[in-house]
Amino acid sequence: MTGRFVAAIDQGTTSTRCLVFDHAGRMVAVAQHEHRQHFPLPGWAEHDASEIWQNTLRVLPEALRSASLEVSDIAAVGIASQRETTVVWDRLTGRPVAPAVTWQDTRTAALVEELNNDPVASLFEEVCGLRPAGYFAAPRLRWLLDHVPGLRRRCRTGEIAFGTIESWLIWNLTGGPDGGEHLTDVTNASRTMLMDIRTLQWDKRLVDALDIPTEILPEIRPNVQVYGTCRVGLPGVPIGGAFGDQQAALFGQTCFDEGEAKCTYGTGAFLLMNTGDHIAPSRNGLLSTVAYARDGEPPTYATEGSIAVAGALVQWFRDSLEMIKSAPEIETLARQVEDNGGCYIVPAFAGLFSPHWQPDARGVVVGLTSYVTKAHLARAVLEATAYQTAEVVDAIAADSGLAFTRLKVDGGMTANHLLMQFVSDLLGVPVERPLVSESVSLGAAYAAGLAVGYWPDLEVLRGNWHRAALWEPRMTEALRARGRAAWSRAVERTLHWIVDEDR
Amino acid sequence: MLGLLGAVGEPVTLGDLSRMLGLAKGTTHGILRTLCGVGFVAQEPGSGRYHLGAGLAAIGAPLDPHLLRSRSVNWADGLAARTGLEVQVGIPKGPAVELIHHVFRPDGSPQKLRVGELQPLHATALGHVLLAFSPVVSRHLPVDARNLDAAVGGEVARDVRRTQRRGWSLVDGMLAPGVAALAAPIRHHGGAVVGALAVVGPSTSVVGVGGEPRPSLPELVSTTARSVSSTLEERL
Repeated sequence: MTGRFVAAIDQGTTSTRCLVFDHAGRMVAVAQHEHRQHFPLPGWAEHDASEIWQNTLRVLPEALRSASLEVSDIAAVGIASQRETTVVWDRLTGRPVAPAVTWQDTRTAALVEELNNDPVASLFEEVCGLRPAGYFAAPRLRWLLDHVPGLRRRCRTGEIAFGTIESWLIWNLTGGPDGGEHLTDVTNASRTMLMDIRTLQWDKRLVDALDIPTEILPEIRPNVQVYGTCRVGLPGVPIGGAFGDQQAALFGQTCFDEGEAKCTYGTGAFLLMNTGDHIAPSRNGLLSTVAYARDGEPPTYATEGSIAVAGALVQWFRDSLEMIKSAPEIETLARQVEDNGGCYIVPAFAGLFSPHWQPDARGVVVGLTSYVTKAHLARAVLEATAYQTAEVVDAIAADSGLAFTRLKVDGGMTANHLLMQFVSDLLGVPVERPLVSESVSLGAAYAAGLAVGYWPDLEVLRGNWHRAALWEPRMTEALRARGRAAWSRAVERTLHWIVDEDR
Repeated sequence: MLGLLGAVGEPVTLGDLSRMLGLAKGTTHGILRTLCGVGFVAQEPGSGRYHLGAGLAAIGAPLDPHLLRSRSVNWADGLAARTGLEVQVGIPKGPAVELIHHVFRPDGSPQKLRVGELQPLHATALGHVLLAFSPVVSRHLPVDARNLDAAVGGEVARDVRRTQRRGWSLVDGMLAPGVAALAAPIRHHGGAVVGALAVVGPSTSVVGVGGEPRPSLPELVSTTARSVSSTLEERL
C-alpha cells in the first residue's frame, strides 16, 4: 500500500460524487455530477443506471485532477450508495435491461399489500427484520420480473444480474462483462427483504415467497473487505468496501458503540442507532438493519427511523412552488417570522415512513388562515423535518427505554441553523455537527482504508471526529408540547387519503 | 440595446439590431460582444441571433446570507481541520460585522455557536477586511470614511490601508486579549466584496514572535475565501 489518500464514491439520489480524504479524515478533493430524475407516472421514480455509471467515470478523474493527484496516490476506494434502488442488467452487454427503480418509487404498493395480507408477512419480519413495504428492493425486483418482457426467461439462462447501486458500480469497476465481480454488502442486502439478518445470507424461503430466481442475486460480503481491483475508473486501486449511504454515515460519524446514534439530513432523513450485537425488533415502527460487518467478525446491528421527505420538501418549495431561488434561501424567508403562524406541512409525498408506515397517506398543508404568508410556509417546511425527527426519536426511546442525551447530525441541511436549533428545541437535547459533514463519504472511505490497512483500527478513526457546531435547546416544555400535539393532528389528516380507485 | 432586446422578446439578428439602433454593424457587434462577455446578452445556438442573457436577472439580486453560509460550510470545515483554528464568516450589518457562519476550533474544548453575533468593525480582522474592501460599510460609519483616520482612529486606519495592499487583515488582541484573527475577502459578481472569512485562535497559534502571521496562514485563508467566492457563481 503506497497511496497517501483514500477515495470514496458517494452515489446518491440526485448526484454522484467522488471525495478524497487524508489520514486525518480531512477532505482534500471533491467532484460531483447530477443525474436526471425520471418521474414517468405519479408515484414512479426512476434513474438511468448507465448515466450513473458514466457520471462515476467522470467524477473519479475530476476529483483527482482538482487536487493534482495521480491514481497511484489512492490507497483504496470505498463506495456508499443510495439504498433500495433496484438495477437489473445484462451480464453480456453490460447494459441495464430496465430503468433503475428508485427508493422513492411507490409502484409496488398493491404487491406489498397482497404480501402483507399473507401469513408469510410475519416470516419476512422474523427473518429479515423488515415488515414488507414498497420501500425495499425485492418488491421492485419482482415488479420488474413481472413487467419487463422476457426477463424471467432470461434470468434462468444466467444472462441477467440484479443488484442495488453498489453492486452495479462494483461490477462495472471490476471489469463489467469482462469478469466483473457480482457482489453486494451486508447493509445494502439487509434492505432487500431477502437476507437473513442473522446469517447474513439470502434466505431461500423469502426468495421463493417473492418468486425471485436465485441465479440473478449477487454474493453478500462484509462492508470492510477488499472485493477486487478496479480495472477502469481508478485502475489498479483496490475496492476496500461498500455501504448503504445511511450505514456509511453511521460509520463515518464513528458510532461504533451500542447506543450511539446519528441523523443524516439529505433528500430524506435517516436516524440510525447502533444496537451492538443484538437485533432489536421494533414495536414502534422502526427497522432492524445491519450497521456494519468487518471481514471475519460478527456483525453490528442498528435500529433505524426512516423519514422519506426532508430536504426533498425544500426542493419542492424551490422547484415546484418557486417560492425561493436556492435551497439555502429558505432560512432567510423563514426568519422573517417568529413562528409558523399555525401552519403545518406534512410531506407524506410517498406515504409516511417511520414511525407510521402508512402507504396510503398523502401530504397536507393545514392550519391555513389569511394570516399565513409564504414566510410561515417556509417555516412549516423546515419544521416538518424537525417534527419527523422527534417522532422517530420518541419511537427509539419507546423501544429501547433509553432517552437520547444528544444527537449527532450531518448532511447538507445541517447548514440550516434555524432547522438545527428547532431540532434541538423539539428534542430537548443538544444537537452536534462534526467537522466533516460528509459523513456518508467518510464512512465509505473508512471502510476501504481499514480493509487495506491505511487506518489500523476503529479507535484511530474515533480520534478523527471533531465537533464543529453545537445547538442547545431553548424552547419551553409548554411550547414544545403544543407544537407536538398540533403536528400529531396534522399527521392524522394525511391518513387514508389514497383509496382503491386512485391506484 | 438591452431595452430593445427585451421589448422584441424574440432573438434578433445582428443586422436587424444595427438597423433598429441606427448604429454601424461594427459598432453594434462591439457592444454585443461586451454584453455577451458579462452575460447580459446571449447568442442563440444555431441561428446566432441575440437575446437577453441570464446574467441580467442575476444582477440586482443581493447575495443571500444563508446561501453564503451554505457555500462556505465545506471550505470552512477544511480550513478549521487544516489549521486547528476556529473559522468565522461575516457580512456587513450597519456599522458592524454579523457572523453568519462559525466552525468550532477542532480541539474538543467547550465552545458556543456565535452565529448571529455582531462585532465591531474596527476591532476585528473580519471588520478590517470589510473596511478595506466593502463598498457599503464606510457609509454606516459615524464620520465620513474618506477620512479613515477620523473615522476609526490612526492605528486602525493604518491597518486597514495595509489590508488593502496585501489582501488580508491581521488583528491581535483588540477584541479580546490573547486572541488573534486573520481574514480575507469573499467576493461576488464583478469582484464586489460581500463578506469576509477569518481564522480565529490564541495569539500564539496565529501570530509569530515578530508580530507577523504564522507561515502559510495568509495563503490558506485567502485560498479558502477565493474558493468560497467561486462557488457563489453557482446557483443550486
